[in-house]
Amino acid sequence: MRRGGLPAFLLVLPLLALLVLSFVLPVGRMLWTAVADTELADTLPDTAAVLRGWNGEGLPPEEAFAHLVRELDTALAERRLGLLAQRLNFEQPGMRALLLRTARAAENLRDAPRERLIALDARWGEAETWRLLRSAAGPVTALYLLRAVDLRRDPAGGVAPVAEEEAIYRTLFLRTLGIAALVTAICVVLAYPVAATLAALPARLAAWGLVLVLVPFWTSVLVRTTAWFVLLQREGPLNAAAIALGLIEHPLPMIGTRFAVVLAMVHVLLPFAILPAYAVMRRLDPSLAKAAASLGAGAWARFWRVHLPLSFPGVAAGGAMVFLLAVGYYITPALVGGPRDQMVASFIAFFISQTPNWGMAAALSLLLLAMTGAAALLARALIPGFGRRA
Amino acid sequence: MTPRILVGAAAGLVLLFLLAPILAILPLSFSASDILRLPPEGWSLRWYAALLSSERWLLAARNSLLVAGATTLLGTVLGTLAALGLHFGRFPGRGAVLALLAAPVVTPSIVTAAALFLAYSAVGLAGTFVGLVLAHTVISVPFVVLAVLASLRSFDPALLRAAASLGAPPAAAFRRVVLPLIAPGVAAGAVFAFATSFDEFILTLFLAGPGQFTLPRQIYAAVRDVWDPTICAAAVLLFLASMLLLLASEALRRRGGGIG
Repeated sequence: MRRGGLPAFLLVLPLLALLVLSFVLPVGRMLWTAVADTELADTLPDTAAVLRGWNGEGLPPEEAFAHLVRELDTALAERRLGLLAQRLNFEQPGMRALLLRTARAAENLRDAPRERLIALDARWGEAETWRLLRSAAGPVTALYLLRAVDLRRDPAGGVAPVAEEEAIYRTLFLRTLGIAALVTAICVVLAYPVAATLAALPARLAAWGLVLVLVPFWTSVLVRTTAWFVLLQREGPLNAAAIALGLIEHPLPMIGTRFAVVLAMVHVLLPFAILPAYAVMRRLDPSLAKAAASLGAGAWARFWRVHLPLSFPGVAAGGAMVFLLAVGYYITPALVGGPRDQMVASFIAFFISQTPNWGMAAALSLLLLAMTGAAALLARALIPGFGRRA
Repeated sequence: MTPRILVGAAAGLVLLFLLAPILAILPLSFSASDILRLPPEGWSLRWYAALLSSERWLLAARNSLLVAGATTLLGTVLGTLAALGLHFGRFPGRGAVLALLAAPVVTPSIVTAAALFLAYSAVGLAGTFVGLVLAHTVISVPFVVLAVLASLRSFDPALLRAAASLGAPPAAAFRRVVLPLIAPGVAAGAVFAFATSFDEFILTLFLAGPGQFTLPRQIYAAVRDVWDPTICAAAVLLFLASMLLLLASEALRRRGGGIG
């Protein structure tokens, strides 16, 4: 245990290696796919090379047609046309069919590629089709990031909004921010009386009260979400109790609603708001409240002008923690929410497993990270002591 | 004193809200019928019997214990070594390492899961036990480092000089002076790492192969696919396991371990 630099660094090295190899590099590589555009250059390298040198006016030079026909033929034979077809189709629906049709006919197009391609499909005679290919020639593209905010490149090279029925991501981000903000607000409001009451109790009693917060905190998120899933069923205990009490006549559908998502998320995240608020309030000097009272401050003034400003760092740190966690939430909306309650994380999952599209998964991840990063920096700037553990 | 009573009443209601769903699951897991009503129409242990005779649930429990156990071992060793290096050493980039440790904790799990799925698929680690343990270690190890660093903060460096002056080689000084003093911190970090891995879901959802379902993954599958009241029994047992971990963590905190 020398105080040296090198031996100490060697102790850190194994962990550092794990974090770099199994976190930093993978995350960096994944985020890079948000802008990487390799499918065309990988599948049709010669065509891509010619198109990169083309100025985009009229039609590309004759050899572009020849390369395209030859390379499509090989790619189809080697069964590696799928990724390119998906990439182009994502930007321009219909391109998959065009590519496959052309590749299947490629054998008969070789003699006079230009004329026969145009004869096969008029789109090969349009500059727009070729400009689409040129824009996919790599190495980078703004396609996915633009799409993640409902924008696309128009044929003239500018940026335009996507068709109305495809514009879903701005709504998605606003919904995610909205749910996270609502959950944060509710958590902060509910945490305040709990933290204040526990902080005012004698130490031994407060320790027992704190256990009541720690029990749900340590209970598996899946277990708690499952509990809500059971309680909120149409035939479940909550509806049954409400009917028995005469509050409602017929069971209300609760699973699959925004109400269920917010309720369960508040339940899961509330301890994160209570614990930091309690830690700060516990350290407040109770004589301050007495001093304020002796100066004639009423209960409201004591709360508003003494207790709240002094406990702000803990309350705000708890709120920031809840927000940071809520923005990336996945499990709770997936289990108790409906299709209209899904947040950004669900769409990332969708683009990984259901309809693989790594460009979109990475673009949404990048924006989600930017949102949490901005929120963390804002919290650091506004909250004294945030980011350093108490 | 009316405001204080009102605030106290509000606090009581919020605590009830925190505990109620977990408490509601308890009687439901002993229900005799498959209709989940409170109070249950009859009592039985049939869901526990179903749970304990289900190969899937037993396999999931075994996987959870194996993954969390391996994660705890790897995370505790790597985390304790790193915390010692960070505490005793002054080398360039020390601040950067500390900042890097916070990254897996604040990064949304879905982003980490996506990145590791892509990276592990490329090197053949996706769907393997090793891959799952490495991924769980990445998100658990920061807690070990924090817990050990916290216990090192109250460590008196004069003790090391005393050990050296008495002729103890560095290895002996570490084993007989440092380790016993930071043991509660190491143990608290290990409990945190175990709990993090045991509760982890999203990384497992993307990285576990079909034979590697852990308990959270199995609960998710059961809730989403076919509802089956066995889940209530599983939830209660998992809840009891979490309570054991909570007790261990609290006991260690009283002995000077823990984070913060």
